[in-house]
Amino acid sequence: MRTTIQRYTARERSNHWVVAIAFILAGLSGLALFHPAFFFLTNLFGGGPWDRILHPFIGVVMFLSFVALAARFWRFNHFTPADRQWMKHIGDELCNRDERLPEVGKYNAGQKYLFWTVVVTVPVLLLSGVVIWQPWFAPYFPIWLLRVAVVIHALAAWIMILGIIVHVYAAIWVKGTVRAMTRGTVSEAWAKHHHRAWYREMTGK
Amino acid sequence: MALQSLDIKARSATTTPPPRARNPVHVAKLIDISKCIGCKACQVACMEWNDLRDEVGTNVGIYDNPRDLSDQSWTVMRFSEVEVEQGRLEWLIRKDGCMHCDDPGCLKACPSPGAIVQYANGIVDFHEEHCIGCGYCLTGCPFNIPRISKKDSKAYKCTLCSDRVAVGLEPACIKTCPTGALVFGSKEDMIHHAEGRIADLKERGYANAALYNPRGVGGTHVMYVLQHGDQPELYANLPKDPHISPLVSLWKGVTKPLMSLGIGLAVFAGFFHFVTVGPKEVEEEETD
Ligand code: HEM
Ligand code: SF4
Ligand code: SF4
Repeated sequence: MRTTIQRYTARERSNHWVVAIAFILAGLSGLALFHPAFFFLTNLFGGGPWDRILHPFIGVVMFLSFVALAARFWRFNHFTPADRQWMKHIGDELCNRDERLPEVGKYNAGQKYLFWTVVVTVPVLLLSGVVIWQPWFAPYFPIWLLRVAVVIHALAAWIMILGIIVHVYAAIWVKGTVRAMTRGTVSEAWAKHHHRAWYREMTGK
Repeated sequence: MALQSLDIKARSATTTPPPRARNPVHVAKLIDISKCIGCKACQVACMEWNDLRDEVGTNVGIYDNPRDLSDQSWTVMRFSEVEVEQGRLEWLIRKDGCMHCDDPGCLKACPSPGAIVQYANGIVDFHEEHCIGCGYCLTGCPFNIPRISKKDSKAYKCTLCSDRVAVGLEPACIKTCPTGALVFGSKEDMIHHAEGRIADLKERGYANAALYNPRGVGGTHVMYVLQHGDQPELYANLPKDPHISPLVSLWKGVTKPLMSLGIGLAVFAGFFHFVTVGPKEVEEEETD
């Protein structure tokens, strides 16, 4: 019999997917203005002006939902000495030589790095985004600050997009992971193999 | 092709070259500040030709009215009372508005294809029907010129009467100026005309009289004759060495193609990792 372990509750999953959907929409509507090669993406949002109007509101939705998500996951993402050990084996992880990896808790060091990358970039995106937000807020800021903010916003968005590409790929690459966020459960074998310390904690085995 | 006078030299958010076969003459407006009496006839002519009506403001104790450029005021006179020499008050009146930079920062910053164009004759024009109201042009402009309308969230500024120039007329402000402080013609002729004026001013004791055609933005298609060419800041903070902010050049330069490449590479790296190393799978019944 295939046994499963609960990894995420329905609330956690809903929260995650609100963040994910808002991120994709904010990312696409933002990239549309990032470089002419992506301008066609404005069509997904009803044209240039609508893209410009909607993007910051979607961004704010993402920010708020991410704050809730970060609060839920914060305490599982503190770095431990074991994480340093794991990072030394990153090559083994990437080459699927899993037998050489040290034991991992609920999250491995790579997942923690992603968590903290997003924790830093999302507020930066919010602050820099508000400064350049026409027509509501931008008129209250001096032009030199607009120039700084737009560069920071583009840079933070880029870092976050790269991070999420890695995040999504990792979920596809490590088989049995996606269901943690769609169904809420993972197989015992998956937990034992990838997150043994967490597995023991959950099952008492 | 459309009117030769409307041939386009540069277009915002466009990465392929514009048509280049024809090469019309470069135009320029010359503003001779030493001849300006501050009558604001040009402001009125601009409103009239372009069908603009700004709000009637209040007197704030100086002659500047309207107080600033807006979607309805594409040119304003800025009055500066300065004592360049002790005890000798001078009233410097500068007609402010778009400088029609040869290297326009507004166009460089704009993300919307065709919202800002530069005609082959040098005029920089906003095509509001393509404007998305993002305000990026504000960050690109070294002269603080574009204004976003509160009514329609589109950016507006002086067109150098591109519609009049296209059919061989001079801009409305030029037509109306009663003192000849404003002249219009080919850029070459205007530089030549300015040289005569500067020689005259130097004879009359303005040793530093000079033409304002700043190199930092590739020269401009609106130029000033300044009595105090060494101190352009005297004229309501006209920048001495304007250039597109390095932040804007960084943001709109090679960075973005490189960053876009980075995103593409990340996706490719994932794909090739999957087809070479393969997925991480676990046996369902793993033994310890
Ligand atoms: C947190 C709240 C956010 C706010 C308030 C915000 C606001 C803005 C604003 C005002 C702009 C200028 C264009 C416009 O007016 O629509 C912009 C551009 C942009 N945003 Fe956001 N944004 C936010 C989140 C995000 C997120 C999550 C991403 C994607 C990861 C993102 C990516 C971008 C990109 C790529 C641009 C184009 C930058 C450029 O032209 O270089 N933003 N944002
Ligand atoms: S506000 Fe309009 S003209 Fe200015 S940069 Fe944005 S799209 Fe271009
Ligand atoms: S003065 Fe400003 S708005 Fe006019 S062309 Fe130069 S950069 Fe563009």
